[in-house]
Amino acid sequence: MLHAAMVQPFIEFGFMRRALVACLALGLSCGPVGTLLVLRRMSLAGDAMAHALLPGAAVAFLLVGLSLPAMSLGAFVAALAVAAAAGGVARFTAQREDASLAGFYLIALAAGVMLISLRGNSVDLMRVLFGSILAVDDAALLLVAGVASASLVVLALVWRPLLVECFDPGFLRAVGGHGALHHQLFLVLLVANLVAGFQALGTLMAVGLLMLPAIAARCWAHSVARLSAIACAIAAACGYGGLLLSYHFGLPSGPAIVLLAGAVYLVSLCVGTRDSLRARYLTPQRHRRA
Amino acid sequence: MTHARNAFVAPAPAGAASGPAEPVPPRPLAGIAASRRRALALFVACAVPSLVAAQTLAQSPAWAQSPALAPAQTAPLKVVASFSLLADMVAVVGGDAVAVHALVGPDADAHAFTPAPADASRLAQAGLIVVNGLGFEGWIDRLVRASGSKAPVLVASQGIAVRRIGKVVDPHAWQSLVAAQRYTENIRAALVAILGPTRPAQVGAINARAAAYTQALAALDASVRSRLAAVPPDERKLVTSHDAFGYMADAWDLDMRAAQGWSTAGEVSAADVARLIRQLKAQRVRALFVENISDPRLMERIAREAGATVGGTLYSDALSPPGTRADTYLKLMAHNAETLLAAMQPGR
Repeated sequence: MLHAAMVQPFIEFGFMRRALVACLALGLSCGPVGTLLVLRRMSLAGDAMAHALLPGAAVAFLLVGLSLPAMSLGAFVAALAVAAAAGGVARFTAQREDASLAGFYLIALAAGVMLISLRGNSVDLMRVLFGSILAVDDAALLLVAGVASASLVVLALVWRPLLVECFDPGFLRAVGGHGALHHQLFLVLLVANLVAGFQALGTLMAVGLLMLPAIAARCWAHSVARLSAIACAIAAACGYGGLLLSYHFGLPSGPAIVLLAGAVYLVSLCVGTRDSLRARYLTPQRHRRA
Repeated sequence: MTHARNAFVAPAPAGAASGPAEPVPPRPLAGIAASRRRALALFVACAVPSLVAAQTLAQSPAWAQSPALAPAQTAPLKVVASFSLLADMVAVVGGDAVAVHALVGPDADAHAFTPAPADASRLAQAGLIVVNGLGFEGWIDRLVRASGSKAPVLVASQGIAVRRIGKVVDPHAWQSLVAAQRYTENIRAALVAILGPTRPAQVGAINARAAAYTQALAALDASVRSRLAAVPPDERKLVTSHDAFGYMADAWDLDMRAAQGWSTAGEVSAADVARLIRQLKAQRVRALFVENISDPRLMERIAREAGATVGGTLYSDALSPPGTRADTYLKLMAHNAETLLAAMQPGR
């Protein structure tokens, strides 16, 4: 009975297995990247970058057609350009980085929508540009797995400087670390993850799976390693659970997965062990001592 | 069906209702701080020109329309058709007596159409507007009204045997070659009624072209039917990605099922996909068809998993771009028929 409900769909259908693998791989790299985003107070930057992908993907589609490598490359370049432009403006003027990021991503988004509608009274291009988790093919699966693996390796290499730059950039500079370089590297990782996510799952899914588990994890742990591990676990569990919900109750898959992650966040917010409503109001002594 | 929001329409009624003489409601100015007065002045300064502009815009269709009301003897009649297939039919029947424009062009989805201001001005200048009707172009009424066009609107599908899916009318009637002959007759009658009084010389040519076109449609229909007769009813099972081929299935007696009752509305669920794969396996459907205007990836995934093949591309609501294999209605129907027949050949 339990087996039939929870395992059998994945045995019977290949598309369910592929979707699950894509979710797990994406969750694995989204956990740490999301955690770092939260720590660096860039929670909304992920959303902005996800929109900045659009014009690149659109141009590639118009030039080459429905080709995964071309569209991924286009999206990657466009989002990186937006990130670089926003970072550059912040560095060389008095503008804040979030303000210039907002400016550039809105330009990119509008340009993308414009390109899509110029091309032609639109085939539902939005649906072509953004994949569906149920239609993950070999190429998309390889892309997701490759990006996840590469992200983990790169994160392992620059984990310490990245963390130090989050908490004490002055110290990093004092000991001769390259804070700005690491920041750029992190942005590249973020964009790569978003590109993988949007090809496989669509933007909503990609950002949802990136941010929600990381924010929810904040309610359960304090150390960065634990935060990342918990975020990974939540993302994987939500991918699995969301697919099952979609299968058994006929819900659209992407929203099901993200809503499940949202539910985990809300529950964590209420009953989590740290920084939650319960910790704030139901255990006053411990809180005071802390 | 589709609710296209043409935002550019909005200012017109507002501008028409309130003239530039009373741009803002009068307010007691006494006792307002200077900064507030400056703000108000700025607002008025902005509001007056925008209202004037809005009113100008609201009137502009009337000027734009004058050429259509008194067409020059030699200029072709300007016809606007709602989508590419209709435009092709009108062009074939009208010949050099008409200049046709399709609002929704080749390879584009009429369900997802958003009008641009240029479309409204084309409508305003048109001498005839041709639509499919049956609820296919949910956006057309508002667009015609907004453009201020006085051109007659021809519903090309009038008089056909309407097919229903549940309670909803199925608008894709052009997929039947029999219905297409009715379309042709409707278009011919409308063109003759409009051009007859001013250009009687062209009426004969229009009638001749319509007769030849009807004959071509009937001939294609007959040849497809005779070739289909060789295929046993058990083999006539097909699944398509969109509910657009009901008229064709009825006309040619095919067991055609839509894979996507979900296709144009929202995201797919895993349950839908699983159900379809089971359906394909259980009924041993051997060919799955994708159409030119939807995402092919999901259908390919499903076909591979169910052990079926993607039998090819069927064209449903749009022609392919000029110079390609389905750039006219007749070629489109011939292509669809060939694709179907090829997929149903035994021993494939």
